[in-house]
Amino acid sequence: MADEEEDIILSELDDDELVQQMHDDLYDGLKEEIEESVNILLERGWQPYEILTKALVEGMTIVGVDFRDGILFVPEVLLAANAMKGGMAILKPLLAETGAPTIGKMVIGTVKGDIHDIGQNLVTMMMEGAGFEVKNIGINNPVENYIEACEEFDADILGMSALLTTTMPYMKVVIDEMAEKGIRDNYIVLVGGAPLNEEFGRAIGADAYCRDAAVAVETAKEMMARKHNQLAAG
Amino acid sequence: MTDNALSRLLSSRDWLLADGATGTNLFNMGLSSGDAPEFWNEDEPDKIRALYKGAVDAGSDIFLTNSFGGNASRLKLHEAEHRARELSRLSAEIGREIADAAGRPVVVAGSMGPTGEIMAPMGSLTHARAVEMFHEQAEGLKEGGADVLWVETISAIEEMKAAAEAAGLAGMPFCCTMSFDTAGRTMMGLTSEGWAEQAAKLPTVPTAFGANCGVGASDLLRTVLGLSNVGGEIPIIAKGNAGIPKYVDGHIHYDGTPELMAEYALLARDAGATIIGGCCGTMPEHLEKMRAALESHEKGPRPSLDRIAEVLGGFSSPSDGTDDAAPQPERTRRRRRRA
Repeated sequence: MADEEEDIILSELDDDELVQQMHDDLYDGLKEEIEESVNILLERGWQPYEILTKALVEGMTIVGVDFRDGILFVPEVLLAANAMKGGMAILKPLLAETGAPTIGKMVIGTVKGDIHDIGQNLVTMMMEGAGFEVKNIGINNPVENYIEACEEFDADILGMSALLTTTMPYMKVVIDEMAEKGIRDNYIVLVGGAPLNEEFGRAIGADAYCRDAAVAVETAKEMMARKHNQLAAG
Repeated sequence: MTDNALSRLLSSRDWLLADGATGTNLFNMGLSSGDAPEFWNEDEPDKIRALYKGAVDAGSDIFLTNSFGGNASRLKLHEAEHRARELSRLSAEIGREIADAAGRPVVVAGSMGPTGEIMAPMGSLTHARAVEMFHEQAEGLKEGGADVLWVETISAIEEMKAAAEAAGLAGMPFCCTMSFDTAGRTMMGLTSEGWAEQAAKLPTVPTAFGANCGVGASDLLRTVLGLSNVGGEIPIIAKGNAGIPKYVDGHIHYDGTPELMAEYALLARDAGATIIGGCCGTMPEHLEKMRAALESHEKGPRPSLDRIAEVLGGFSSPSDGTDDAAPQPERTRRRRRRA
C-alpha cells in the first residue's frame, strides 16, 4: 500500500474522495491530516454537523467495527480517537453555534473499589467518536456520584465499568438505589468490564452488557433510537 | 541471577505447582469491594497467613504475595501511594514466615501487577516513572524476603520492559506473565508468539515467563501453545482462571470445578508449561486436584486446539492472531500520505 509515496494534496480531492481519504486517515490515526481536511470541507461550505456525521463519525465506525472484530487493538484505536479529537476541536464551537442536534448524553464511571479506567476511557473516546456527549466521572465511584452526575448532566445513558470480580457486584447496588429513588427508568443503564457477561448484566437489572467499546456504541445508538421512537409514539 | 530458590526447584523437577486466586480467596474471607487488599498485610495478617497457607497446604510449590496492587499508582486510589514499599515488604514478610514453616522448599513470589495507566506516548505514564514505581515495590518485596519477583497481568510490552528493568535494579530474579484477554491477544494487541519473542529480549532475562488470567482456561492453553511454539529456553508459566465468572445470589462464582482444573493442569503441562497454577476463581480445593493429577499422570502428547476445546470448552475467538485465520482489514486503503 505504502510502497510508492504518492503525494496526495488533500485540497485537490473532490468532496467524495476527500471524505474517503478522511476515513483512511482516521483509520491510520493521522491527526494533522484530519484537521486539514475538516478545514477544507468548512471552506467548501459544508455544515459542521455534516462533517461530523459523514466524515468523522462514519470513519470512526469503521475503526469501531475492526476493533470489535479483533483487527485493530487499543493502541490503534487510541491514535484514531486522537485524530478524531483534533477534528472535533475545530467543529465543537461551530456545532454549538449552529444548534446541531445531540445524539445522546452519557455519564460513565468505574464502580466503587475499582481503579481501572482504561476500559471506560476507551468507551468514552468511542462514544465521543460516535457523536455522543460523555461525562467521564473517573474511578472508584460510590452510588451518590453516579446519581448526582446523571442529574447534573441530564444524561440519557449511565455506563458502569468494573474490572474486578470483587467490584462488579457494586453495579447492582447502584441500580437498586436508583430503583428505590424511582429514577431507574429515566436512564439506559449499560455495564461492561472484563469479568462481566450478558448473564450478569441481566441478573443485576442493567439494560445491556457491552462486551467492548464498539459494542457499547452500537448498543447506545440502538437504545437511543428506541427511546426516541417510544417518546414519539407515547 | 542464575541461582535462586525457583531456579533450584526448576532444575530438580519436571513441573511445579503455583498457587490460585488471591482476590477470590480474600473476598471469601470478607474483603469488601471498596478496600485495597494490600492493607490487610497490616490490618489482617492472619487472613493473609491463611491465604498463603491454603495454597501451601494444597501442594503449591510457589505462592504469590498479596501485593498485586502494591505500586504507588494503584495505592494512590486509596490515598496510600507513600506506602507501596512498606505494604509490599509486609506481604513478603508474612510469605517468608509461611514458606519457611512448610517443611519443604516453597518459593515466595513477590506479586507485582500493572500500574493501571497507559504508557507514553499514548498515555501519560513515562518509562522512567514506571521503572521508579516498580523498583520501589521490588525493593519492598526484596526486604520482606521474597525469593523472586512475579510480574503479572500485564497488557503492554512497554510496561513489562519497565518492570524487567526494575527487577534488574533491585537485583532480583523475576518471572513475568501477560494477560491475553482480547481475541486471544493482550489488550494492546500482542500475540502469544509475539510475547515469547519479546520475553527473551527483556532487559533482565526472566527465570520463567508465560500467561495468566485472561478469559477462561481454554484460551489460556491456546496461549501456552503459542508460547511453546516459539521454542525458547525459558520455562513457561500457565495460570488460568477457573472457568468463567457467574453471578449467583449476590456473589461471583467461577464455573470451573476442581476436576476441570485438574484436566487443565495436565493439558497445560502437555502444551509445554513447566509452572502451572490458577488465577481468578482457583481455590485450594482446585489446587489439590491439580497437584494430584500432575503427580498421578505422565506428561502426554502436545494437545491440539480441538482437544483443548473438547475437554475445557470452546475459545473466546476463532483465532488468536498466530495463524492465517486472523481477521484482516477488509478495506484497501489507497496509501498513507507518510510512513
